[in-house]
Amino acid sequence: MLHNLTKLRPVLLLLLVPVLLTTACFPSHPQSTFEAAGPVAEAQLKLFYIIFWAAVFVFVVVNGAFIYAFIKYRRRANEAHLPKQTHGHTVLEITWTIAPMIILAIITVPTITTIFYTAEPPPGKTLELKVIAHQWWWEFEYPDLGITTANELHVPVGMAIDVSLESKDVIHSFWIPKLAGKMDLVPGHINTMWFQADRAGEFYGLCAEFCGTAHAQMRFMVHAEKQSDFDAWVESIKATPGEMTGLAAKGKDLFVNKGFDGTLRGEKVTAQRCAFCHTVEGLPIRGAVGPVLTHVGGRETIGAGIIDNSAGNLKAWLTNPDKMKPGVGMPTLSIADDELDALVAYLEGLQ
Amino acid sequence: MAVASGRKYSVLRRPTVATGWWGWFVTVDHKRIGILYGITSVLFFLLGGIEAITLRLQLSNPENALVSPDVFSQLFTMHALTMIFLAIMPLSVAFFNIVIPLQIGARDVAFPRLNALSYWVYLFGGLLLNAGWLVGRAPGSGWFAYSPLTSTAFDVAGGMDFYVLGLLMLGTSSMAGAFNFIVTIINMRAPGMTLMRMPVFTWMTLVTSFLLVTAMPVITVALIELGFDRFVGTNFFNPTMGGDPVLWQHLFWVFGHPEVYILILPAMGIVSEVLPTFSKKPLFGYPFIVLSGVFIGFMGWTVWSHHMFTVGLGPVANATFAVTTVLIAVPTGVKIFNWLGTLWRGSIEFNTAMLFALGFVILFIIGGLSGVTHAAVPADAQQQDTYYIVAHLHYVLFGGSIFGLFAGIYYWFPKVTGRLMNEKLGKLNFWLLFIGMNLTFAPMHWVGLDGMPRRIYTYDSAMGWDFWNLFSTVGSWVILLGVLVFLHNIMRSLRKGEVAGNDPWDGRTLEWSIPSPPPEYNFAEIPTVSGRDAFWSEKYVENEDGIPIPIKKRPSSGGKDTNDIHMPGLSYFPFVTALGMAICFFGVLIHISVIVIGLVVMLFGIYGWAFEPADPEPESGSH
Repeated sequence: MLHNLTKLRPVLLLLLVPVLLTTACFPSHPQSTFEAAGPVAEAQLKLFYIIFWAAVFVFVVVNGAFIYAFIKYRRRANEAHLPKQTHGHTVLEITWTIAPMIILAIITVPTITTIFYTAEPPPGKTLELKVIAHQWWWEFEYPDLGITTANELHVPVGMAIDVSLESKDVIHSFWIPKLAGKMDLVPGHINTMWFQADRAGEFYGLCAEFCGTAHAQMRFMVHAEKQSDFDAWVESIKATPGEMTGLAAKGKDLFVNKGFDGTLRGEKVTAQRCAFCHTVEGLPIRGAVGPVLTHVGGRETIGAGIIDNSAGNLKAWLTNPDKMKPGVGMPTLSIADDELDALVAYLEGLQ
Repeated sequence: MAVASGRKYSVLRRPTVATGWWGWFVTVDHKRIGILYGITSVLFFLLGGIEAITLRLQLSNPENALVSPDVFSQLFTMHALTMIFLAIMPLSVAFFNIVIPLQIGARDVAFPRLNALSYWVYLFGGLLLNAGWLVGRAPGSGWFAYSPLTSTAFDVAGGMDFYVLGLLMLGTSSMAGAFNFIVTIINMRAPGMTLMRMPVFTWMTLVTSFLLVTAMPVITVALIELGFDRFVGTNFFNPTMGGDPVLWQHLFWVFGHPEVYILILPAMGIVSEVLPTFSKKPLFGYPFIVLSGVFIGFMGWTVWSHHMFTVGLGPVANATFAVTTVLIAVPTGVKIFNWLGTLWRGSIEFNTAMLFALGFVILFIIGGLSGVTHAAVPADAQQQDTYYIVAHLHYVLFGGSIFGLFAGIYYWFPKVTGRLMNEKLGKLNFWLLFIGMNLTFAPMHWVGLDGMPRRIYTYDSAMGWDFWNLFSTVGSWVILLGVLVFLHNIMRSLRKGEVAGNDPWDGRTLEWSIPSPPPEYNFAEIPTVSGRDAFWSEKYVENEDGIPIPIKKRPSSGGKDTNDIHMPGLSYFPFVTALGMAICFFGVLIHISVIVIGLVVMLFGIYGWAFEPADPEPESGSH
C-alpha cells in the first residue's frame, strides 16, 4: 500500500499544479464574477458554488471509478479466458437513475428560489434606471431624477437599482460582472432587472451579446458612491454647463455651427455638425444619434468605456474615431489642428 | 406506359462503368457514398480548424491586430457553421452510410439514388455556405444569427445571404438522408434482427434521424422567413415594423437544441460499439442505454429556452426550463454508468479506437457537469455569452462528438479500406488531441468566469486574461499537431497499413462477418440473426459460468454464387438534380435567369430519375 502511494506521488503532485496555478492567478480582476460586490451577484455566485462543488463530487466519484476500471481491468498478457459476459443489473440501473435525480432535486431548490430572488428588487426604496442600448454605446436615464447621461453610470451604495432595458437597434446584453449577471436588451421589448452595490467603488460593465463590428468595445463604467456623493453628482449633471471662454468658446462655436466633411464606413459625408448628433444641454439644437455630451469632461473614459478621457485621447478620437473603434457610427471628419484644440478644450470644459 | 417509341429509358441510358473518377459521380453504393461523405467532411473539418487557429492567434495577445473585427466575426461564425453542419454532422452521416447496412445485414440503403442526392446537395450546400469568402463577405452575424443583426439594415455587407441559402440546401440534404435511414433501419433489417437486437449505433442513428426530420423543418421555416425578410422585404423579425426578434430565437433554438443531440448521439452510438468490443464484454444494460438515448432525443425538444435564460422570458419560464434541463442529466448519467458497467470486470485493450472512446467518456463528463451549472438560471446569468460557455460546448462537441467520431474512424477504417491504421501514430494522435484539447479549452472555464465575453476580437490587458489566452492559443497548436499526425496516419495506412482481414477486433456485430473492404453486395447470403451481438454469438458459446468458449468451426459464407445478386444500378440523375438545385440557389444571388436555368436542370434530373429503368439497358436494346 505504502509502496503504491510512493509510486503515485508524482501523479498527485501533478494534480496539484492546476490548483496552485488557479490560486496564483486569482488576483483581483476588473470583471471577475468571483468578487461579488452586491446581493444579486452574491446570490448568483453562491448558487454557482453549490453546483460547482456538487459537480466536483460527481466528477471525482465517476471519473475516479472509470480510472479505477482502466487500471484494474486492463488486459493482461496471461489471461486464462475471456471475461464473464454480464448483460446488466436491474438494481444497479434503478440506483444510478435515482441517485442523480436526488442530487439534481437538491440543486434545483436553491436554483428556483434564486431565480425569483434575482427577478424583482426587494420591497423598499429603489432608484429607477432606464438603460437604452445603441450600436455601440449606452444611454442611461434616471426618470425620477430627470437626468440622462451616457456610458458612465453613477449609483448610490446600498440602494436597489430597478432597471428597465431597451434597445434602439439590435440585441445587446447589459452586464456588470461584480454586481449582476446579464439581461438582454431586445428591440421591441422592455426587460427588467435589478442590482445593488454594497460598497463604493468603480465597476466595469459591458455588452455581452454579439451586436456587430464594435461589440468588443461597447463597455461602460459604474461608479458606486455614498448617497451624499451621488446626490452631488446628480446636482452637477442637472446643472447646465457654464459659459465658455477663450479657446473653449471657439470650440463651442465649431461644435454648433461648423459643418465638417469626411467619411463614414467608406462613404463620403458632408457638412456634419457635432451638435446634429450629440446633445449638450443649453445649446439651441439637440442631437439624438450619438451619446449625450453635456458633462463629457467629467467622465473618466471616452468611446464607450474604451479609453481614458484625456486631452490627447480626445484629440486622437476626434481625428479618427474609426481607428480607435472600428465600425463606430461617428464619421471621420477633416478637422484642422487648431479646430481640434478648440473642440477638445470645449469638451473638456463640459464638466 | 406513355413512354414513346418503346424505349425502356427516359433520356439517358443508365451508366455502366463504376470505376475511375467518373464512377464516384454515378455511384449509388452506400459504402462509396459514405467514403465521399467522410473525405468531404474531413476537408471541411480542416477548413473549420484553420478558422479556429486564426481566431486563437488573434486572441493570443491583448489588442492584437491580426484580423479586422469584421473578419473576426466572419471567422467565428463560419467556424461554428463549418464544424456543425459541414464536419460533425456529415462525418456522422458517413458512418451511417458505411456502417448501418452492414450492421443490419442489408445490401444497401432503402433509396440508394436519394442517398447519392443527399451527398451532392451537402457538397454544393457546403460550397455555397463558404462561397461568401470568395467575395469577401462570409456570414458574420454569428451561427445563431440573432435578428435584427441579420437584417439588411445591419448586415450591410450581405454575408447572411449565404447563410440562408447554404443552410436551406444543407437542411434538404439532411432531411433526405434522415428519411432514408429511418426507412432503411425500419424495413431492411436481416431476418431475426428485432428492434431490441439492433446494435446501439444503429439505434442512435434511428433516434438521430427522427430528430433530423423533426428539427430541420423548424429551421427551414425560420430560414425561409429570414430569406423573405432579406430578399423580399417582409418583416417577420423586424421590430420597427411589428416583427419580433425573439421569434427567431425560439425557432432557432427549437431546432438548435435537438441539433445538439444530433451532434452527440451518433458519437454515443459509436462509443457504445467500441467499449464492448475492446472490453470483451457485451454492452452493459443494453435496454437502458437504448431507452436513455430515446429519452434524450425526446427531452431534446423540451429544453430550447435554456439558450435564452437572459432574453427576459420571466422567472416562471426560466424555472420551468431549468427543471427540464437538469432532467436530461439523468438519462445521460444512465448511459455513462452503463459504459462503466461495460468496462467493469472486462478485459480492456487500450488501442487507439478504445482510447478515443474512453477520452470521449472522460471529457463528456466534464462537459456534462459544466452544462448542469448553466441550468441554474441565476448562475447562467454570469456565464451566458462568456468563455465559460465556449469551454463547455467544446468539451461536449470536441471532447464528445469529435472524439467519438475519431474512435469510429480508427474502429471502422479497416472495414472500409481493408487495412489497419497505424497504432503508434494513432496513440500519438490521441494523446496530442487529448492534451491539446484540455490545454485549449480548460482555461476558458476560468477566463469566462473571470469576465471574458465571447465573440470579442480584442481585449484590454488590464482585464487579466492575457496569460490564459496565450495558453489556449498554444494549446490549439497541439491540437493542430494531433490533426496533422492523424492525416499522416490516414495517408500512410491507406498504402502501407497492415492487412486487416474480416474481423480484426474480434467484433460483435455483423459488419465484421464479411470481407474488408466488403464486396458491393455486402452479404453473399443475408444472415439470420438470433440475438444481440449477432456475429459474436456465431463465434462463441458461453459455458455455465458465462465465460465465452470459441466455437471450433467458424461459419463460412463462401461457395455461394454471387453473380445473380441484384444491386441498384448506377445513375447520373442524383448528381444532375443536385447540380440543378445548386445552380438555382446560387442564382438567387446572381440573377433570376440563373434560377430558371437551375430549375430546368433540376426538373431534367427529376424527370430522368423518375423514368429511369431499374437496370442498365444492354447496348443492343430497342431504340
